[in-house]
Amino acid sequence: MKKIKKKKGITSLEMKLFPYLLILPNLFIFAAFIAVPALFGAYFSLNKWSGMSAPVFVGLDNYVRAFHDVKFWQSFGRTLVYVLISLPFIMGIPLFLANLMIKEIRAKGMFRALFYWPSMISYIIVGISFKFMFGDNTGIINYLLSLMGKAKVEWLTQGTTAMFVVILATIWARTGFYMVTYISGLQSIPLSYYEAAEVDGASPIQGFFKITLPLLKPTTFLVLILSFIDLFKAYGLVLALTKGGPGTSTKFVVQYIYEAAFDGKREMGYASALSMILLVVMATFTLLQFKANKGGEIE
Amino acid sequence: MNMKTRSNWLTYTVVIFLAALFLFPIFWIVLSSFKSGSEMFRFPPTFLPEKFTLDNYRNAFQKGNFGRYFFNSALVSVLSTILTVIINTMAGYAFAKYKFKGSNVLFIFFIATLMLPLEVLMIPIFHVVKFFKMYNTFAGIIIPPAATPTGVFLLRQYFLSVPNELIESARVDGASETRIFFSIMLPIAKPAMSVLAIFSFMWRWNDFMWPLLVIRDVDKYTVQLALANFSGQFSVDWNSLIAMSVVSVIPVLIVFLLFQKQFVQGMVTSGMKE
Repeated sequence: MKKIKKKKGITSLEMKLFPYLLILPNLFIFAAFIAVPALFGAYFSLNKWSGMSAPVFVGLDNYVRAFHDVKFWQSFGRTLVYVLISLPFIMGIPLFLANLMIKEIRAKGMFRALFYWPSMISYIIVGISFKFMFGDNTGIINYLLSLMGKAKVEWLTQGTTAMFVVILATIWARTGFYMVTYISGLQSIPLSYYEAAEVDGASPIQGFFKITLPLLKPTTFLVLILSFIDLFKAYGLVLALTKGGPGTSTKFVVQYIYEAAFDGKREMGYASALSMILLVVMATFTLLQFKANKGGEIE
Repeated sequence: MNMKTRSNWLTYTVVIFLAALFLFPIFWIVLSSFKSGSEMFRFPPTFLPEKFTLDNYRNAFQKGNFGRYFFNSALVSVLSTILTVIINTMAGYAFAKYKFKGSNVLFIFFIATLMLPLEVLMIPIFHVVKFFKMYNTFAGIIIPPAATPTGVFLLRQYFLSVPNELIESARVDGASETRIFFSIMLPIAKPAMSVLAIFSFMWRWNDFMWPLLVIRDVDKYTVQLALANFSGQFSVDWNSLIAMSVVSVIPVLIVFLLFQKQFVQGMVTSGMKE
């Protein structure tokens, strides 16, 4: 490297400039559409602003108002309920499937593909499909229930059951993606560990708890972080499936913020403050998980 | 042996049962899409279509203007994917193979953008898009989402595995940096670039938030935006909606079948999150 620099002045200048040119387009987009908006968002949150006339600086008023906004915190609580109920399933079922899918079974590729399929379908289509299947009067699920001698359930017109369907749809839509993530983690565990354990007389279940789980920690941590953020910002799926209803029983925090900003009164400043709160909460949770898991390191 | 066969049977039973459970929604939607208007809502429902019909599909394209949305989605997804692959490969290469002032800080900045999902920035982004005169244009859903931290990271990791000697010897031979990038590095990076292309296409095709924020005219709706709107209407035209849903999954399905191995083996998939 040094030699070349000394020999050719042009090359060294080119070598200095070229990397900047390479990152320039990405950098510009990140700066313009993420960094600058983040700063603007923080600024907007200190203003009363409808997006049309000039913003009026109001200091922390929006935050004070947000603090007392019962409906906001209710939607926040609902989101938490949704996240906390979904998380164990969204981490457990893919792990279970991944363990089945690394066994020596026939048509492994086909089965993996089948389980992966739903995660390629957009949240909108997932929402539409579940809305169709869980229809009150003509939905297939109610028909299957009636075959088993059970009464019809008004799935999407009752709060609790609507939440149940939303969670079910989420699990269905995300399992394949996390299954594949787990598979790549499982594949990195040397088979010899299991063989040695088998020689020592350990059962497969012991092997799972004593070998698989500890060594899989980085992957589990990755799945935890990714699914947590993904669940917390859920919007499209709910919009297509329940529109946040019935009433507000499945209205989550992103929908609440979107409606505050873009529907009706268009309170851009206030909605920005709510966004900031959401951002801080999500970042805090992520950091806490990082700390608790020591970044997913294997001890 | 006996125990092994039994546990094998158990595995197959569980796998097949779960697979059936997972496939059922897709299966049911596809079957329903071929049923006539009234048959779709008969109770008790028919399993297979009594009279196999393509009416739902015909209506969706003729009355529903679905072809237009489909075209918009295809255009946006393809162009955005091309842009993504080009600029993310460039950035990934720079971070892997050059030591330049601020490279660490910039790399951390790139990765940190993962922590700022569109959902928490929708209000300021909406105004920035307006500022750049991209509101209600395709450019507004092609350009901003094209820079992805995941893509940069993926390509960087890939280029890190390419030996430096390759570059050094090309330099000794007098090749310019530009030339090294285009004629030596790009061909080597093809596998990683195609993985990124696959995922990028899927992200853009399935994306709902960007179009929701940026697009206003119904003429410019993407498939996802159109379907979300239709499903939210007071009286839903289920026949067209179900047919459109089925068609909307086909492009992603084709991409998947073409590149099934990359998808399912989990080679690069871990953490492939937008």
